[in-house]
Amino acid sequence: MNNKKRSPLFHVAKRAALPWYKSWAIRGGAVLLALLACGLITTLVTGEDPIAVYVSMWEGSFGTSRRFWVLLQNIAMLLCVSLAVTPAFRMRCWNLGGEGQALIGCLAAAACMIRLSGKLPNALVIACMCVASILAGAVWAGIPALFKAKYNTNETLFTLMMNYVATQLVAYYCVVWENPKGSGQIGIINPNSQIGWFPVVGGQKYLLNILVVAVVCVLMHIYLNYSKHGYEIAVVGESERTARYVGIKVERVIVRTMLLSGALCGLAGLLLVGSTNHTLTPTLVEGRGFTAVMVAWLAKFNPVWMILTSLLLVFLSRGAGEIATNFGLNQSFGDILTGVILFFIIGSEFFINYQIKLTKGAGKED
Amino acid sequence: MKKIFALLLALTMIFALAAPAVSADEPTTVKAGFIFLHDETSTYDLNFINAAKEACEKLGVEYIFKTNIPEGQECADAAEELIDEGCNFIFADSFGHESFLMQVAKDYPEVQFCHATGTQAHTAGLANYHNGFASIYEGRFLGGIAAGMKLNEMIESGEITADQAKVGYIGAFPYAEVKSGYTSFFLGVRYICPSATMDVTFTNSWYDPTLEKEGAIKLIYNGCVLLSEHADSMGAPTECEANGIPFVFYNGSAANDCPNTFIVASRIDWAPYMEYAMTCVAEGKEIAADWTGTIANGAVKLTEINEKAAAAGTAEKLDDIEALLAAGEIQVFDTATWTVDGKMLGEYMADVDDMGDFAPDTNVIFDGYFHESEFRSAPYFDIDIDGITNLDA
Repeated sequence: MNNKKRSPLFHVAKRAALPWYKSWAIRGGAVLLALLACGLITTLVTGEDPIAVYVSMWEGSFGTSRRFWVLLQNIAMLLCVSLAVTPAFRMRCWNLGGEGQALIGCLAAAACMIRLSGKLPNALVIACMCVASILAGAVWAGIPALFKAKYNTNETLFTLMMNYVATQLVAYYCVVWENPKGSGQIGIINPNSQIGWFPVVGGQKYLLNILVVAVVCVLMHIYLNYSKHGYEIAVVGESERTARYVGIKVERVIVRTMLLSGALCGLAGLLLVGSTNHTLTPTLVEGRGFTAVMVAWLAKFNPVWMILTSLLLVFLSRGAGEIATNFGLNQSFGDILTGVILFFIIGSEFFINYQIKLTKGAGKED
Repeated sequence: MKKIFALLLALTMIFALAAPAVSADEPTTVKAGFIFLHDETSTYDLNFINAAKEACEKLGVEYIFKTNIPEGQECADAAEELIDEGCNFIFADSFGHESFLMQVAKDYPEVQFCHATGTQAHTAGLANYHNGFASIYEGRFLGGIAAGMKLNEMIESGEITADQAKVGYIGAFPYAEVKSGYTSFFLGVRYICPSATMDVTFTNSWYDPTLEKEGAIKLIYNGCVLLSEHADSMGAPTECEANGIPFVFYNGSAANDCPNTFIVASRIDWAPYMEYAMTCVAEGKEIAADWTGTIANGAVKLTEINEKAAAAGTAEKLDDIEALLAAGEIQVFDTATWTVDGKMLGEYMADVDDMGDFAPDTNVIFDGYFHESEFRSAPYFDIDIDGITNLDA
């Protein structure tokens, strides 16, 4: 009966775990292919020299020491949000609300800077900002977590919706605190008194953020891999029933982990307002809450690998901007190259987990 | 001996540092860096990008464009990167860039910074930071003239009665820049069609096609027979075209997309300001803290009139009025032509010095008219006059 049907030329089979050097060879090959494909697209579409375009991409991140610092700062902020969503992801709780949780942290920090300036000494204002931002982020994640734990609502949709609520709240307060009246713009907060501005460490304006996020990264690695909480998260993620069977209070773990997730997003918001921008706009987080999802997935939720994946994404986006500047190409062209490169990298994971076998009669399955 | 040598060395270093890098007589080579909020897909930024290319090519100046720079720390980073690349003239195009650009200007006194639409240069006390704008209220007044001609034509043809001559206006934010714009438009309309009134609605966004379209629908349902706007998308014009409502546009022509209803548009040509500022840098001259473009210096312009939608004789009328404006024989904000609560204003204290206090500080009504864009380049006319109804109030 099988003889009458023509068997397909090839079929896809799951691979046994590959040794690390093979999987990295596949990844490296994917990056090379991606660069080739990008070069081809660049030459065909724009007629520019692809090597020059790559050089320009590289220069966008490493061209000058200032660009290198900006690169590190952007990595730090993206990594902070990525680290924040990771514990929830490990629990298979899809917190897509990183954007809103960070933004509400921004709002809380800005509120302290505006409302408390002149009423409290600077150190106390900064202390209030820290507490308020982290708390605000935690509450923003805690609401969907409570509903999930109590009523088993869908956290993906709930956290996603909370993003829009946060954006609208920030837009509202931008009008309340606008300067000049009617413009919908806040501008730099306390530009002369610099109340609520975090101190500059070591003469480098971005160093503080980088150090804070580095510490968070190490702590998160330890928390996830060597603590009882981390273990509980892993068990709940594998199977809620198993977790219940061994006596883990699943609802408590969900709420606790989401609170932590939100608090860290709040911290990212705090750093964005207190340390970097000193202003508030509805777009201040710049989509990092969503990019973080990709960073975390690409790194398989491993905090240390996430340093590399956020480096990759920031490098690509800075490079895209530099191409736009140097070649007079639209920023969208840089984004196309980024898309091609990511496509190959994500695609390579398929070839690490699966293999394509040419069919010889009846193939053996393993 | 060693001490004397060290002292000498220290002194030479101090003098070397203190000596001016370039003497005033020698022409400086200008390298310009431009910071844009979006890229050429936005009508607002496209207007700046075209002007920058035109000005730089005319003067033979090397330039770098940074597009898609948000109104945050990125603006400061972009400015510093441009300075790293050797730019000695930095230009930013969005209102929200101002405070970030000023922070950078403080750290780089040898670089000149120009910011379009900002309000703080004349009070900031920074010699290298400047604002530029244009008396676009004259352009909008002319747009109003074209609209008034259209209303008169509609009244004469019996399409509407004189008391149905109501125009509608979609504004972005309810502050001076927008208020000055719609008031001057309305005064232009009433200059030609005395029975006209106006309804205004706001979107609270510079670019939101949906809200602008909804604003247009709201105004049309309220009985407005002609629309104009101050926002950057095609949302309202396409709605007007669908409903056969004539409109006056801003930033550029909409004749291709709306061939039946687009009358004319006013716009600011930024090239004269950029040329002026870069020439100052090249010649080592000081750039004015505030620069105001006018019809006379080529910064305020009208697009081609769409004969299909405009009333007969519009072009001739616009030429006449433009000449009168340029000669100073008509003032857009002539106090004899508008009232507040039925009374004519003899004086008005405006918030010209933008110190964040919203406190009025300067009398701007004298010699029989409101002196717009004279005490600083950015508009400060923020009076609600009779005949205009704010639908969102």
